[in-house]
Amino acid sequence: MDKADKMNSEPVIKIRDLKKTFKSNNGGVIEAVAHVNFDVSENDFVCIVGPSGCGKSTLLRMVAGLETITSGRITYRGEDVSKPRKEIGMVFQEYSLLPWRNVIDNVALGPEFLGVPRQERYDKAMDYLRIVGMEAFSHSFPHELSGGMRQRVAIIRALANDPDVLLMDEPFGALDAHTRILLQKELLRIWENHRKTILFVTHSVDEAIYLADRIMVMSARPGRIIDIIDVNMDRPRHRSDPIYGQLAEQILAVLEREASVSFGNANTEKMTEMKENLCLN
Amino acid sequence: MGIKGFFVRTGIYLLVPFVFIALWGFIARHLANDVILPDVGQVAKLFMKPTESLISMGSLTTNVAVSLVRVLAGYMLAVCIGVPLGIIMGYYGTVFKLLNGFLAMFRPIPPLAWVPLVLAWFGVASLATLFHIDRGTAYIYLSNLKFSMIFIIFIGAFYPILTSSIHGVMGVRNIFLDSARVLGANHWDIFRKILLPGASPSIVNGMRIGLGVAWMCLVSAEMLPGSLSGVGYLITHAYTLARTDIVIAGMISIGMIGAFLDLFFRIIENRKFVWTRLTR
Repeated sequence: MDKADKMNSEPVIKIRDLKKTFKSNNGGVIEAVAHVNFDVSENDFVCIVGPSGCGKSTLLRMVAGLETITSGRITYRGEDVSKPRKEIGMVFQEYSLLPWRNVIDNVALGPEFLGVPRQERYDKAMDYLRIVGMEAFSHSFPHELSGGMRQRVAIIRALANDPDVLLMDEPFGALDAHTRILLQKELLRIWENHRKTILFVTHSVDEAIYLADRIMVMSARPGRIIDIIDVNMDRPRHRSDPIYGQLAEQILAVLEREASVSFGNANTEKMTEMKENLCLN
Repeated sequence: MGIKGFFVRTGIYLLVPFVFIALWGFIARHLANDVILPDVGQVAKLFMKPTESLISMGSLTTNVAVSLVRVLAGYMLAVCIGVPLGIIMGYYGTVFKLLNGFLAMFRPIPPLAWVPLVLAWFGVASLATLFHIDRGTAYIYLSNLKFSMIFIIFIGAFYPILTSSIHGVMGVRNIFLDSARVLGANHWDIFRKILLPGASPSIVNGMRIGLGVAWMCLVSAEMLPGSLSGVGYLITHAYTLARTDIVIAGMISIGMIGAFLDLFFRIIENRKFVWTRLTR
């Protein structure tokens, strides 16, 4: 892909009328995602927030080509996405490093699958380890690393394939608050230096505001995009910034309104629970 | 720790065997009947000269070697079929449904129950028959590998290997498959670099159990007609000659080799699969 091609205004990811249904165990049909439409443009950092179980992970898995589409379209630079492709990388919430491979063998995994010669892929893996300051751990095994380190490795493992788009499914969800903030900073640094298009799923409003250029707010199941909010704040962002608080209020209000529609006004318990979830994380 | 510590530590392993041997010696001397129970010394003498020919049917070591080759032939066949089939059955649900019910019907049949059928099929045919060799050194070796024996040993080893390969693959976490697919793995990569290493602790465990079962099937396999060598044959033949000391020596050899093979696999498991104990 040459530079001129990348610079045009055509969105990198285009999602149109996307719908996903599952068969439930009792024979019924569950609608996970419905009527989803949005674009992700070049070098954008887009976050999707929504309550747990709203189908945001399913949406991301469809973009990755890991999940079939019931109806609608997902295109990557005009081509339909139906199976995983090397231009689209993904980082998962669960620890996904192969436990029988050491760190550098894990990072070199993608290039290995793509047939990059041995020396070249290990040099590359080492370069990426340096980016996150983990070159000293190249021969450690995943079980010897902390949660934060494992996710750092998972991120650079995705980057080692030099993907155009990086999909992130709550990658910091399992980490403690301090490590989480550290990794958010680190991710922004990597994103700024390597210019990737990122689609990041989280259930934390705070995380979304800290990271994103644009925030998509998703409804409870079946997941729909109910609001799109542009975050016009310079980076590095500070959580003490008044705009930060205003945005959080705004997003929570949208989610709350949505909750009252979908659960009925009587179900305030569910609403408070959801609000607590979103604020605390 | 020092020398005293060393003796205490090794002593704990040797205590029970020592008591057992002492008891054996005591009872043997009390009975004073070599056919019922020969003395420890008599059996030990056989192990002192393991290469000496016994009751005109070769030495202990030759017979053990012959048996080992037979077991390994049947066992290798079981590994070569059981592991790939198990991986495929564990990964593709359709193949599992197609074959599992069928294979499950044969699982409860003891290998020994196959003997009449196997003899009807193969008789005394051996690898020598297959390669049309009827004289020379190659004949001596190959005629020892009867199809009927290999089959009995194969049946014994096959099921533990198959079952543990299936379970090993089913136990590989989906996240590993998903992340490999996203990183550009094709089917062959998934098999070789995700399913095989991910399932290997379970596969190796099955291979260990399978080898144990194969080794146990040995005596029954070597009781088949046409067999003129092997530890199993040595035992049954010594029994007809009332040489209980050789019977016991044969049993001890089987036990020791079996334990040694098991130890070999345990060492591999400890060296190679440290990660299984430390992840989760």
